[in-house]
Amino acid sequence: MKKLNFALFLLIILAALGLSGCSQQNKLVLNVYNWGDYIDESVIEDFEKEYGIKVNYDTYATNEDMYVKIKSGGSDYDVIFPSDYMIEKMINENLLQKINLDNIPNFELIDDQFKNLDYDPNNEYSVPYMWGTVGILYNKTMVDDPVDSWDILWNEKYAGQIFMLDSQRESIGVALQKLGYSLNTRDVNELEQAKQTLIEQKPLVLAYVGDEVKDKMVGGEGALAVVWSGDAVTCKQENPDLEYVIPKEGSNFWFDAMVIPTTSKNKEAAEKFINYLCETEVALKNTEYIGYSTPHAKAKEMLDEEIKNDRTAYPLPEDIANCEIYKDLGDFVSEFDKVWTEIMAQ
Amino acid sequence: MVKDIFNRIYLFLIFVFLYAPIAVLIIFSFNNSKSRANWNGFTLKWYLQLFRDPDIKKALYYTILIAIISSIISTIIGTAAAIGIHSMSKWKKSLVMNITYLPILNPDIVTGISLMILFIFLKVRLGFVSMLLAHVTFNIPYVILSVMPKLKQLNKHLYEAALDLGASPTYAFFKVILPEIMPGIITGALLAFTLSLDDFVISFFTAGSGVTNLSIAIYSMARRGVNPTINALSTLMFLSVLILLFIVNKRTSKDIKEEKN
Amino acid sequence: MKKKWISYSYVLWMTVFIVVPLVLVLFFSFMSSTDGDFSFTLEHYRRFMDFKEPYIKVLWRSVLLAGISTIICLVLGYPVAMILASKKMSKKSFLMFLFVLPMWMNFLLRTYAWMTLLEKNGFINMILSFFNIGPLQLLYNEGAVILGMVYNFLPFMVLPIYSVLRKIDHSVIEAAEDLGADQFTVFRKIIFPLSLPGVFSGISMVFMPAVTTFVISRLLGGGQFMLIGNLIERQFLLAGDWNFGSAVSIVMMLIILISMAVMSKYDKEHEGGGLW
Repeated sequence: MKKLNFALFLLIILAALGLSGCSQQNKLVLNVYNWGDYIDESVIEDFEKEYGIKVNYDTYATNEDMYVKIKSGGSDYDVIFPSDYMIEKMINENLLQKINLDNIPNFELIDDQFKNLDYDPNNEYSVPYMWGTVGILYNKTMVDDPVDSWDILWNEKYAGQIFMLDSQRESIGVALQKLGYSLNTRDVNELEQAKQTLIEQKPLVLAYVGDEVKDKMVGGEGALAVVWSGDAVTCKQENPDLEYVIPKEGSNFWFDAMVIPTTSKNKEAAEKFINYLCETEVALKNTEYIGYSTPHAKAKEMLDEEIKNDRTAYPLPEDIANCEIYKDLGDFVSEFDKVWTEIMAQ
Repeated sequence: MVKDIFNRIYLFLIFVFLYAPIAVLIIFSFNNSKSRANWNGFTLKWYLQLFRDPDIKKALYYTILIAIISSIISTIIGTAAAIGIHSMSKWKKSLVMNITYLPILNPDIVTGISLMILFIFLKVRLGFVSMLLAHVTFNIPYVILSVMPKLKQLNKHLYEAALDLGASPTYAFFKVILPEIMPGIITGALLAFTLSLDDFVISFFTAGSGVTNLSIAIYSMARRGVNPTINALSTLMFLSVLILLFIVNKRTSKDIKEEKN
Repeated sequence: MKKKWISYSYVLWMTVFIVVPLVLVLFFSFMSSTDGDFSFTLEHYRRFMDFKEPYIKVLWRSVLLAGISTIICLVLGYPVAMILASKKMSKKSFLMFLFVLPMWMNFLLRTYAWMTLLEKNGFINMILSFFNIGPLQLLYNEGAVILGMVYNFLPFMVLPIYSVLRKIDHSVIEAAEDLGADQFTVFRKIIFPLSLPGVFSGISMVFMPAVTTFVISRLLGGGQFMLIGNLIERQFLLAGDWNFGSAVSIVMMLIILISMAVMSKYDKEHEGGGLW
């Protein structure tokens, strides 16, 4: 009997907590879908207060997870933050609404080099949020060769000290660029060569990792790793022995941008939210919290000198001369997948 | 007596094995650095940040709510089902049990996506109810698997004996059968609750806007690295349940001592 | 009678939420593409069974690892269940809850914590270095994956066995002892056979999910081994090939059902408790 009473008591408390959140029934509701830990939470609160709109903030782990939710039609999100190739894919499949840039006056504060990018050539569907590059993070005390090319990840001297990314596009992309091919190739032969190269490399690789690569490198578990620039910035702060470089063969230039899906019922509120995130103060807050590079010209100016001048976070034009943006592979992605399975199954 | 000491040591080692990662989690919730590799000094800042974060609180609320409700519902349905199945003819029993195993052996992604498609097809709006139904669906088989062994262990004649002695079927059920299978029911409820707390894939695909749970919040941080506020939250949850357990334990042993006197 | 009504309502639930989605998956596996043409094809199954492709190897590896983990869970877990079941009344429930409590912390977090413990500069190697051993490569190998699986699934093995051992009729044991049987024989001939239903449940609840898990192999195995769970997940999400993914799931389901059925032959008192 005691246990039953206790359980009922717990349920009542929970119900009370829940009901207290239900009082704003008459407010307009905006459904936002973003990556985890990818916004400064106070920004959402400030937006809610300023515009009187309630924000439902949900999160997803990968572009693909989000894509399945949106494509299936069961959800009604208003603002989403996909990556470049996913935006291209969603535009091609008519999953996005055109954004009325007149309603987003803050758009002009975005640096021009981030407008009209390949995945959205006329800038009709997206507004950039964060960007970065992919490159090699290495421990200066453990690597005595010059690091400027992808080849160093195949150097037997560092066997068992190399981290590759557990992501098929990223790792196959590295091999493709090492061989001088495009990240977005649709040539089966080029892919086959990339596969062979990666199979050769496998004995030298300590592990294919995800985000935990940051902790691994900071802790000195490995000498070399393929990482995203945003993570590299944090790693360098935690461990000054680490350095980041974009190989001369070129690398990946990535963007996350804000879009409005066709299933959204609150386009106006969505545009207000996007515009809000493009306000200088807000963009500054976000880039400082997240630690990734912002496309917002004014916000960048207000950053600390140290970060502004860090070539890892804000590379110079010559660093990124050979960088490519991911394109949607369409059906060809199954070829990438087959190759990856064969590599991993060794 | 040697056997006793050996038993204790063995149990102790197993508990060390189970709790080692928990200790790591707790220690790092006080680390003044996001990294799990560096110790940068003691701090309570993650705990403070936790209290200011509305989304984590919302995730926690839904996680516990759904875990409690789905384990209660699935325990009731599962127990009833187990009893029903137990008295079925052999081939029907086989068929139903085989189907019951399916959610356990299906990969989460397949269950998650197929349920999502089912809900959309049935025009059930994805949200709280769909997530709850999904949780109940994957919990029931575990309850059934926990209760069935107890039913098999049950003395078949106990129920008949009770009826012969004049008990009504309901009375016989509640006073004779239920207490005998109670350990299985509690095990089932416990497993269901545990599974609910930790589920990501199925929850992700069957949830709707405005509904999320802790697992979704945590797995969504996969790209960015888990924010130590989650460690802080886990530590608080762990400590509160542990303290609760100790209080209940003290209470029950006091009751037993009083009864003996 | 009341019992029939209860079982029929469960059968209804089961049909809607288990059978229908399964039929959907089966349907996908025989279609040549999710949108567009609905032509029946065995192409996906053929592709999976093709020995030139790596898929069978992946499946076999998953089954092997899951099998080893299940056996270790049984060997480690059975004694725990026995010890817990023999304790005094109040301590029993308390210990059982203590046993399950770690499972209430998020699994991803606990696996990350294992990485911190097992890595080269991690806690375990730090201790070993005091004894001048190591540093050992405790992470990114099959051992680490098995450790992770055992860690995750141990309570699922212990709990059903424990709940059955609790109510073993002591008079039977006493009778055996009176007749001169020693501890070992009592265990072998009486306790273990009586606990078999719980053992079987435990094995089901460990082996089946262990085959399809993918987080453990990704984090603790360093992505070095692809397991069938990773393969299926990627088909549905990255490759967008729901048809192939469905086919692989169906094959995997059949393989598991067959291996469980073979095992259930050893359970003489089976009375049709499922798995053929």
